Amino acid sequence: MTTRIHEILKKYPSELIAEWFAAMTSSGIRRDALLKEGELREQCAEFLRLLTQATEQGNLTDINSSGFASVRDMLERLSRSRSLQGFSPSETATFIFSLKQPLFDRLRRELASQPEAVADAMWSATVLLDKLGLFTTEVHQRTREEVIVRQQQEMLELSTPVVQMWDRIVALPLIGTLDSGRTQTVMETLLQRIVETGAEIAIIDITGVPTVDTLTAQHLIKTVTATRLMGAECVISGIRPQIAQTIVHLGVDLAGVVTKSSLAGAFSWALKRLNQSLGSQGPRAPGKV
Amino acid sequence: MERIPILRMGKVLLVTIQVDMHDQLAVTLQDDLTARIVDSGARGVLIDISSLEVVDSFIGRILGNIATMSRVLDAQTVVVGMQPAVAITLVELGMSLPGIRTALNVEKGMALLQASIEADDAVPEVPDASLED
Repeated sequence: MTTRIHEILKKYPSELIAEWFAAMTSSGIRRDALLKEGELREQCAEFLRLLTQATEQGNLTDINSSGFASVRDMLERLSRSRSLQGFSPSETATFIFSLKQPLFDRLRRELASQPEAVADAMWSATVLLDKLGLFTTEVHQRTREEVIVRQQQEMLELSTPVVQMWDRIVALPLIGTLDSGRTQTVMETLLQRIVETGAEIAIIDITGVPTVDTLTAQHLIKTVTATRLMGAECVISGIRPQIAQTIVHLGVDLAGVVTKSSLAGAFSWALKRLNQSLGSQGPRAPGKV
Repeated sequence: MERIPILRMGKVLLVTIQVDMHDQLAVTLQDDLTARIVDSGARGVLIDISSLEVVDSFIGRILGNIATMSRVLDAQTVVVGMQPAVAITLVELGMSLPGIRTALNVEKGMALLQASIEADDAVPEVPDASLED
C-alpha cells in the first residue's frame, strides 16, 4: 500500500499539482498579495517532487528519518518564509492538508476494484500528510518565537543607554520596570562602558522607574557594589518622594550608597568629586547646577 | 614552584597577576607579600587583576585578607583592573570586599595610593609640632 501512494505521486505529478492548486484556491488560503501564483506553483511542484523521492523507499510513517530530510528542509524554508511574510499557522499547514483531496481522489480512482486497499492507502497518506502539516506549524511557531526573543533582546539593549555626560562621568537613565533579567543587562552594560570610557563616576538615574520593590533595590545595591569593585563610584539619582517612602518602609539599607533626588544634583556632586566645574562657574563657585 | 612576582616601585609594591589564581598560589602570594612589606618598609600595595577572568570566593577572601594584613603592617592596598564579569560574580557571591579600595587601572590606582600615602605622612607632623611647642 505504501508503494501505491508513491506510484500515484510518480504517475500523475502534473495532474496532482493542478488539482492541488485548485483546492488551495477554493479553500481561500491563496493570498496573492503575499505570494505570487508562479511562486506557489513552484513550491507545489518542488514539494511533490521531494515527496515522491522520499516515499520511494516505502517509509511513510517516520518523517524524521533520513529519507525525508530534503522534504523537511523544504518545508522548513517554506514555513519560515510564510511566517515572516505574515501567514497564519493554519494557512501554512493548509498548504499541506489541501493536498489530501486530490491525492485521495486519485487513490480512489486507481484502486476502485480494491476498497480495502483504498482505506489502507488513505489512512497512511493521512498520517503522513498530518505529520508534515504539524511539522510546518511547529516551524512556523518556532520562527515566531525566535522573532519575539530577538525583539526582547533588542529592547533590552535599547533600554539601557549609557551616556557619557562629562569627562570621566557616565550616566544611565533607567526607564520602565526593573526585573532581574533587565537588571543583569543594565549591570553588564554599565560596567562594560565604565571599562571602555575609563569613567570614575557612574550615575544611575531612576526617574523613569515607576516602582521600586525590595528586589529592585537589592539589584541597585548590587550594581553599586560591582561598580565600586571595578574602581568607580556610583550615585543613584532621581528618587521620587513616593519611592523614598517605599524604600524606608521596606527597610532597605541604602547607607553605603550615595543618593540624590535629581540627576542635576548627582551631576553636580560628581563634578565636585572630580574637582571639575562647568565653564561659567569657578572651581569653588557656590550655587546650584 | 610557581610564584607571582612582586615589583617594588619606591614606596609601593606592585603585584600583577597574569596567571589563573589557584588557591595555593594565592596563599603563597599572601605569604610573600607580607614578608616583602616588612622587608622593604613599603607603604602601599597595588594589585592588578586585569588579566584575571575568574575569581572565586576563596580568592576574594584572600584579597580581603591581604588588604587587612597590609593595613596592620602600615601599607595601604588598592586593587585595580577588575573585569566587569569578575565584579558581577563577586557581588552575586555576596562579597563586597568592604576593606578593599579599588581603581580602574594601574595609573589611577597609583595616583590614589600616592595621594593617600602623602596624606598619611602629613598626619604625624601635627603631634611632632605640638611636642616642640
